[in-house]
Amino acid sequence: MATWKKLIAPIIIIPLLLLLAYGFKTNPREVPSPLVGQPAPLFALSVFDGGKTGSEQLRGKAVVLNFWASWCFPACYEEAPDLEAAWLAYRERGVMVLGVDIQDRDAEAKAFIERFKLTFPNGPDVQGKISIDYGVYGIPETFFIDRTGKIHYKHVGALNEKLLQAKIEEML
Amino acid sequence: MDRVFQSLLIVAVLWTWWPSTIRAVSHEDQTQLLAAELRCPVCQNLSVADSPSEMANQMRDVIREKLQKGENPDQILAYFVSRYGEWILLSPKREGFNWVAWLLPFGAILGGAGVIALIVRRASKKGRGSDDEKQPLLDPRYVQRLEADLRESER
Repeated sequence: MATWKKLIAPIIIIPLLLLLAYGFKTNPREVPSPLVGQPAPLFALSVFDGGKTGSEQLRGKAVVLNFWASWCFPACYEEAPDLEAAWLAYRERGVMVLGVDIQDRDAEAKAFIERFKLTFPNGPDVQGKISIDYGVYGIPETFFIDRTGKIHYKHVGALNEKLLQAKIEEML
Repeated sequence: MDRVFQSLLIVAVLWTWWPSTIRAVSHEDQTQLLAAELRCPVCQNLSVADSPSEMANQMRDVIREKLQKGENPDQILAYFVSRYGEWILLSPKREGFNWVAWLLPFGAILGGAGVIALIVRRASKKGRGSDDEKQPLLDPRYVQRLEADLRESER
């Protein structure tokens, strides 16, 4: 058999196998957001304890916008205390922590807030428009919005104290 | 026959590639067609049209609302891509490196058909070898009988 005929099969098969191996190594949940570096989408939110907030009220502040749900276990449960700690540590420095509760029931959401004694504002995204506007696909997801209103960083999964501190400091 | 076949092929290709949203009549039809082009972010192997998740339901509401506001299908798809990235589209855009995904299957089919045609051609050439090689072996008794009958008929 001619040399080129012997090489055809490996030439076709080997690159395909390498591509398959590369695909298996990548995490399908780690999707880069096209919003990072872009102006944060505008939104308005009615919070659980009454009152409203939104992009207008947050102008000029560094914002930690966290999407969560009471059924999001264990990730949302792991990060809730760290978010509360960050809020208490940085609120005097012009940082706002805001929770957006998605696809949830008010009673369960309020129970979650009570359980972790969260004092930063939280409100329901009733029609899902805010979460769709931010390209949310797997909670918890947190957006770090700088003082100019641009999305500085997006994190998918549970946050921890160290990462929260680092990303907030980058915005200040 | 060839012309009929060619015409049917052209119609089939156009029907597949022509944006189906143009053929839709009502907003609901258009909503379903657009939803079928988007990947559900929660159930990622399903389209937004097929997924039973609440997020898919909410995305269908967003599509419906945008259609009612007068946005066209391209604008609506561009909105979702601007929020989620291109992975939100179930089919890759027909541009740049994505053409490999669109054309590779056709190339593979044509290549496979070519290989099959080559194999069949070689097999039929071998089949049409020399007459001597392919002459079936006859029983000598039948050969003698045949020759005797031929001689008889010639008389």
